[in-house]
Amino acid sequence: MLSTLELKRTPFHERTSRLSVTQNWRRWAGHIVLGSYELSLEHEYWAIRDGAALIDVSPLMKYMIEGPDAARLLHKVTTRDILKMPVGQVYYTGWCDDEGKLLDDGTVARMDEQRFRMTSAEPSLRWLAMNAVGLDVKVTEVTDRMAALSLQGPKSRAVLNRCCAEPLDKLKYFRLTNTSIGNIPVSVSRTGYTGDLGFEIWMDAEQALPVWDRLMAAGGDYGITPCGILAMDMARVEAGLFMLDVDYTAATHAWIDGQKSSPLEMGLDWAVNLDKKGYFVGRRALEREKREGSAWKLMGLEIAWEGLERLYADVGLPPQIPAMAVRGSLPVMHEGKQVGYASTSTWSPVLKKYIALAHLQRPHYEPGTSLTMEVTVEHHRRQAPAKVVKLPFYEPAWKKK
Amino acid sequence: MSANHYDAIIIGAGHNGLIAGAYLARAGKKVVILERRPIVGGAAVTEEIFPGYRFTEFSYVVSLLRPEIIRDLELPRHGLKILPLPSTVTPMDNGDYLASWSDHDQTRREIYRHAPRDAEAADEYSRVMARAAKAIKPVLSLVPPDPSSMSVRDMLGLLKLGKYAKSLSEKELYRIAKLVTQSSADLLNEWFEFDPLKGTKSASGIIGTFLGPHSPGTAYVLLHHYMGEIDGAFRAWGFAKNGTGGVTAAIAASARAIGAEIRTNAAVKQVIVKGGRAAGVALENGDELHAKVVMSAADPKRSFLQFVESKHFPDEFTQQIKNFRVRGSSGKVNIALSELPQFTCLPGESPLHRGAISISPSIDYIERAYDEAKYGQFSKQPYIDMIIPSMIDRDMAPPGHHVMSCFVQYAPYDIDGGWDDAKRDAFGETVISTIERYAPNIRRAIVGKQVITPKDIERIAGITGGNIFHGELLLHQLFFLRPAPQWADFRTPLPGYYFGASGAHPGGGVMGAAGKLAAHEVLKDWR
Repeated sequence: MLSTLELKRTPFHERTSRLSVTQNWRRWAGHIVLGSYELSLEHEYWAIRDGAALIDVSPLMKYMIEGPDAARLLHKVTTRDILKMPVGQVYYTGWCDDEGKLLDDGTVARMDEQRFRMTSAEPSLRWLAMNAVGLDVKVTEVTDRMAALSLQGPKSRAVLNRCCAEPLDKLKYFRLTNTSIGNIPVSVSRTGYTGDLGFEIWMDAEQALPVWDRLMAAGGDYGITPCGILAMDMARVEAGLFMLDVDYTAATHAWIDGQKSSPLEMGLDWAVNLDKKGYFVGRRALEREKREGSAWKLMGLEIAWEGLERLYADVGLPPQIPAMAVRGSLPVMHEGKQVGYASTSTWSPVLKKYIALAHLQRPHYEPGTSLTMEVTVEHHRRQAPAKVVKLPFYEPAWKKK
Repeated sequence: MSANHYDAIIIGAGHNGLIAGAYLARAGKKVVILERRPIVGGAAVTEEIFPGYRFTEFSYVVSLLRPEIIRDLELPRHGLKILPLPSTVTPMDNGDYLASWSDHDQTRREIYRHAPRDAEAADEYSRVMARAAKAIKPVLSLVPPDPSSMSVRDMLGLLKLGKYAKSLSEKELYRIAKLVTQSSADLLNEWFEFDPLKGTKSASGIIGTFLGPHSPGTAYVLLHHYMGEIDGAFRAWGFAKNGTGGVTAAIAASARAIGAEIRTNAAVKQVIVKGGRAAGVALENGDELHAKVVMSAADPKRSFLQFVESKHFPDEFTQQIKNFRVRGSSGKVNIALSELPQFTCLPGESPLHRGAISISPSIDYIERAYDEAKYGQFSKQPYIDMIIPSMIDRDMAPPGHHVMSCFVQYAPYDIDGGWDDAKRDAFGETVISTIERYAPNIRRAIVGKQVITPKDIERIAGITGGNIFHGELLLHQLFFLRPAPQWADFRTPLPGYYFGASGAHPGGGVMGAAGKLAAHEVLKDWR
């Protein structure tokens, strides 16, 4: 028996633990999952960008929201127009406190007229329950009961077509379908955290292992590769996707106002439906921010390689940057004055560029602005030239096709 | 300007021609790149020889493609992806194997299994070689100054070179001096004792040369192997998505986007000379194109002995080009397979199938293979460098099926009695039966194969002599001597005629430096 002190294992642990050479375990919401399987991240990364990568995402918080007022609850809590959401649709959304500051972000899937599944990074049961007062709705946490796999990469559809009961060729971007894999009922959504063609497969935790086995067997001819969260971390930065506790702080966790972020500041304008009917939490604050403009924005930064080369040439070295995503704040300057910071930076193998997600103060967030970002060259802090760009950095033609 | 008038004409749409064209277009010039074949790419092409199976026909790995070219031409945006080629494995005659990975601990542990002393030596050796490569690398991106010239430009170049040599430590200079004169066998014998290790390492010193591991000068070629390692994260070493044709497709797309025109099925007959200057080209089909500048990205022999009448060059220059050694020494066998080759030493599917597989059991094995070539035969037991592209890029073959690329040395261009179909078949058979000794299922798995001799390289890719580097990387054919003394600065004795391909400094491989440097020299002269 596992002691209650131990971190939780996911339903795929029996398989994943045996496939990992590195045994590089990472913590994720009280669970352990693999950071990487191989000694170098390259193969796992390229599986996402050129093949099929199988990622255990079971630690995601998952909730079932059911009842006549289920849509009304989510309409009120999230920034999306849930009342108009069709069955089979999935929305990515953030949700805010009444000051319009982000509490968390995740997906909402409409399984049925009166049944939704919601995912989040942080526990959300209490927040949902508080907002459900007076509504006829039942919220159940299914995090442990439901296993989840993310199959990402240009070959992911071909792999699923080999093992799902029906082909998924018609499943559109951010839609969901119910099907089965080897007689095991699963729901498959065309979603992911990589910005590539990809799917997430949701199933009963009890039946997780046979689904894993089926996928691995069907994917053999396509080079299916178990992939850890470190390679996914590189891909999600390329896709311009941010992460709670890394790129922003939940409003409820912030010690000071300066640590809070609004969805508009985080670049989620497209997911804040201010034209939707009725009240939703944070509406007034977001309307005001929309009118007055955001004080800062999350943008992309491309570090100029020539500039980096010069800094390193000064000490007689070629540029040395880690071949993985770095979660650490790096000051961003304009003419010697700090105007923001990069929250995650990474080498992008597909773009062959050094990129970062950066919080930039007005007016420095306009695309094309020249700034500098701190790099440490042989233990010395230097400033490398960088350019502000729109997110995402990378969006392949096949992502939404 | 009318349709057939350009600022610059580039002959040959291999990677160097495309790169030169792209850089000239980037500088605002009206450029046309002419290609003899119906497809672009030169010796960096991917072709579907059997339906569904795509062969990276000639060159098969990307090693030294210059980062500044990737950046300047925005090649990733035009589809360039370089996938990892993480390992090398050498099957041994006793059924075991010797592997090396990019991870040092893993490699040390593996070598330790066979030869404990070599395990530590290997680590030190790779550090020493990488440091020597780092020291020599800046020279690659330099226009070679002519040491006999008193011109300001050459003097400045020599000064730069001298300054650079001064920046190296004495130890580094000695090491480099030794490296450029030694044989790879001598160098490796100083470091190691285990035969498969020495054999495999020595192989990278003879690729594309008509030399054996005991020939002086081969140690220098080993260095090239380490140059890629110093680019760090930018490292362009690996297998290009869609084969090396993927690299040239990306360069072509970039060149077109910048405004260069590319014409295929446009074989050049002759360079038009007017008033002592190159003024255009006449095509085989009778068309004439005019330009201020013509650059050849073909091999030196074609560029100087075929495209231009000899009366336009000094005899001495013509003689030097005639003497330039372009003896092809290697062939390719590309195989379409219905199943993965099962190496006795690697049952099932192993991560090592995603890397290189090298038939190089010892230095002696390779030297013996060379002996036969010296006397006009192809090797009966050749050195083979294999990769299975479909294990790296699943779009290279139908699902579950595979393609295998086998680089084979030695296969002399000047084989006794000349190449014919029977000899080509015999060469292919030799390669298959050599592989069969290590992977018994190979014959059963063959769906189709393409055997390429140096003669075929010449015929298909248009490289005289079929030498993969357009001219051997020999000491007397490098730097300010490439392709001829006094003409290593991408200019030629014919004003307005430039030369920017693998036969120029800094030499072959899918590196692109020659094309880029040549384009810069053209622009420097532009008036």
